[in-house]
Formats: sequence, structure tokens, C-alpha cells
Amino acid sequence: MREISVEKITRTVRDLCIEAACDLPQDVENLLRQAKEREESQFGRYSLEKIIENVELARQDTVPMCQDTGLAVIFVEIGQDVYIAGGNLVDAINEGVRQGYTDGYLRKSVVEDPVFNRKNTGDNTPAVIHTEIVPGDKLKIMVLPKGAGSENMGALKMLKPADGLKGVKEFVLKTVAEAGGNPCPPIVVGVGIGGTMEKATLLAKKALARKAGEHHPDPKYKELELELLEKINKLGIGPQGFGGRVTALAVHIESYPTHIATLPVAVNLNCHAARHKEAIL
Amino acid sequence: MTKKRLTPPLTDADIENLEIGDQVLITGTIYTARDAAHKRLVELLDEGKELPVDLKGQIIYYVGPTPAKPGQVIGSAGPTTSYRMDPYAPKLLAIGLKAMIGKGSRSQEVKDAMKKYKGCYLAAVGGAAALIAKSIKKAEVIAYPELGPEAIRKLEVEDFPAIVVNDCKGGDLYEEGVKKYQK
Repeated sequence: MREISVEKITRTVRDLCIEAACDLPQDVENLLRQAKEREESQFGRYSLEKIIENVELARQDTVPMCQDTGLAVIFVEIGQDVYIAGGNLVDAINEGVRQGYTDGYLRKSVVEDPVFNRKNTGDNTPAVIHTEIVPGDKLKIMVLPKGAGSENMGALKMLKPADGLKGVKEFVLKTVAEAGGNPCPPIVVGVGIGGTMEKATLLAKKALARKAGEHHPDPKYKELELELLEKINKLGIGPQGFGGRVTALAVHIESYPTHIATLPVAVNLNCHAARHKEAIL
Repeated sequence: MTKKRLTPPLTDADIENLEIGDQVLITGTIYTARDAAHKRLVELLDEGKELPVDLKGQIIYYVGPTPAKPGQVIGSAGPTTSYRMDPYAPKLLAIGLKAMIGKGSRSQEVKDAMKKYKGCYLAAVGGAAALIAKSIKKAEVIAYPELGPEAIRKLEVEDFPAIVVNDCKGGDLYEEGVKKYQK
């Protein structure tokens, strides 16, 4: 057993929350710069120039690139040989979120109850935490602050097996087309295919944690990612929805075996501030 | 992009002068309000009560900023998605609100109200929040402080950049733009 203290987990989550809000990962920034080179529309280019300028400024001043510093979505992969010492994991993570959002001057955007009491909790907790037990003695923490502008544009559909590949493509394209400029394009498109209803949505979210532009290991899915990206960029939505060639920076698909009678597909969109940071303890 | 300057309070003539695709630079006072504040404003209107701010000729910016760091006037302050304010916007246009700043498309009801009451909708670049904050020189909470990021703030801005998406003639830059680049 390898021991990892809750204090260490809290400190790591705190730092990742601040870093994620202020420092756009290089993989996303590279795709934004490439997008600016090939965008043809004047409003699209204008938007991309401002977006890149903003990324640089946020990094330089350590201020959030977007005012919506999101709900903290946290994936934790816990090696089965890890012993978490000194407290419980969920409290340790939430304490990290509390400290990060307070010390980093990030916006607190969580309400206590979705329907009956939409009162701000004041410290951006609780986080949405997904844990997974994996082999080994390491603990991997991924922080994905998720803004609501893009989150609200996501969708799930339980397709029939007969809908097949064509049905999958149509649903992804329809979801992106209907979202238009709302999710702050150019977007990263996360797609979860297979499993059950909840598994597909979780896969779609996890797809957004992938380095932007990296592909599914299966060449058939890689090809599908590339085909969808091309078709999405023909929709004409463009940066910020002003019209243009670059609507999406990348399409990431995650897949899982499914039941003989179903074909779940979930689409989770991320804005151009496709924030994701991770650490391995 | 034609550059035009806007200095609130705005008149019908100011709005009639705007065309979709114009880049506007706003200098002067604007007000912030988003979901929760809109709900309260419209409830007051429905009850026939006075609003905490006179919106005649004014501009509302849909934003919930991050907290200011020491030495900052305001934190990062980019636009939020506008459609959530669609149920409320026509009532505010009817009492003289002239412009709204946000991102993303508006409903037909809001577009009709802009035509009817001579209003317009401006887009700021979503997610460019650190950069936009540089054009905000003063910020003061004037109503609903308990709403935190959703409180109504009075902002003094200088050359705040935005693009005209909907003018008062029924034009829509999003629709035109997408049509042009759709393959």
C-alpha cells in the first residue's frame, strides 16, 4: 500500500483549479492559432484574434480567461494499492475546490438545489466527482472546470441499433448545428458512444479531458472523428457563431461495448476555453 | 467592419444608425444583469413597482464577473449566453432599454421587440473575459448584492468593443454569417 494524504490531495485540487482557469493548455492554444490562420470570415478572424489575445493576457496576469470558471468536474483514478490517509477523499477534493475558487478569485457558480433553492453555495462546492479504481499505486486527478454556456448545449439520444453509423453522425451534427454560437465556438466536441444511458454521457465528458486533437486508438473511430470534424466545419457556424470555416477545433469520441438492443450516443460540448489540467500523485 | 461609437443614454436615432456587422465602441455607463436579476426586474414591472435603476436609453450587459483581485476594478467579465434572458427582454425593451450585450442568438420575440421599440443586440466575444475587463474602468454594485456574481452593477466603460448582431430593422448577423459559409 502506498499512502497519500488528504492534505496532498486538497492542495493538488486547489492548484489545478486555479491553473485550469487561468492557463489554457498548449494543445488547445495550438489549435486556436491554427484556426486563426485558416479562418476566412472577417468576424471569425476578429474573434480568434481576441480569443488568443485573451489567452495570453490571462496567463500573464494569472486571471481567469473566462468569467464562467465553471462547475468543477473532477475525475479521479485511484490505484487499488493506494491508501488515502487522514480523512475522506470527497471532503479532501471539495476542500481543494473551496480553496482554489477562493484563493484564485474564481467565480462561485454553484447553487444549492436545482429547483427549490437556487441559492449560491458561496464556495463553488460541491464538485462533480467521478472516481474510478484502476491498477497501480498512483492517484490521478483531472480537473475540468465546465462552463454552463457549452454544457447547456449537450444532448443524449438512445438510438436504435438499426440507426447505426448514419444515425450517430446525424445526431452529432444536429446537436452541434442547433447549438450554433451559444457554446462559444470554436468548440471541442466530446462524443460518448455505447454502454448505457449514464455511461454514454460520462464517456462524452471524459472525451473532453483528452488532449485536444488526439485521436481514438481504434482507426475506425479516428476516421469517424475526422469525418465529423470536417462535416461540423462545413456547417458554417464559425467562431462565436458569426459564420465561418472553423466551428470545431476537434472531435473526441470515446466508445464502450453496449447491449444488443441499444446504441446510446451522448454529445458534450466544450467552449474554446477547453480547460483541463491533471496531476499524478 | 465599420466602427461606430456609442455613448449611453441612447436615442432611437442612435439605434437606427446601427447596421448588423458594425463594430461599436461603447464609452460611458452600462448596467449588468443576468438570470436572477432579470427575474426580479420583471417581477417588479409586473407588480407595477419601480425598478432599482432607470433603464430608459440604457444598455444592459449580460455578465456575472469573477471577483476582483486586489488592485483590480472588476474580475474577468465576458458575456454570458443571451437566450436565457429572452423571456424577460421584451418587457425591458418596452420600457425603453435600448441595447443588450451578450453572446448567442435571440428568440423571434426578442427580435420583434427590438424592431417595435427600436432596440439592438450586441455581441461581445464570449470567453475573452480578461481582455474585455480591461475596458471597464469602474464597477459598483447598485442592487441585489446578495446575488453575488448576479448582482446588478453599474459599470463605467471606455471603448468597450462589441459587434451589432441584431439591428432594429430585423437584420441578424448570425443568420447571414452562417448562410454565407454553409457548404
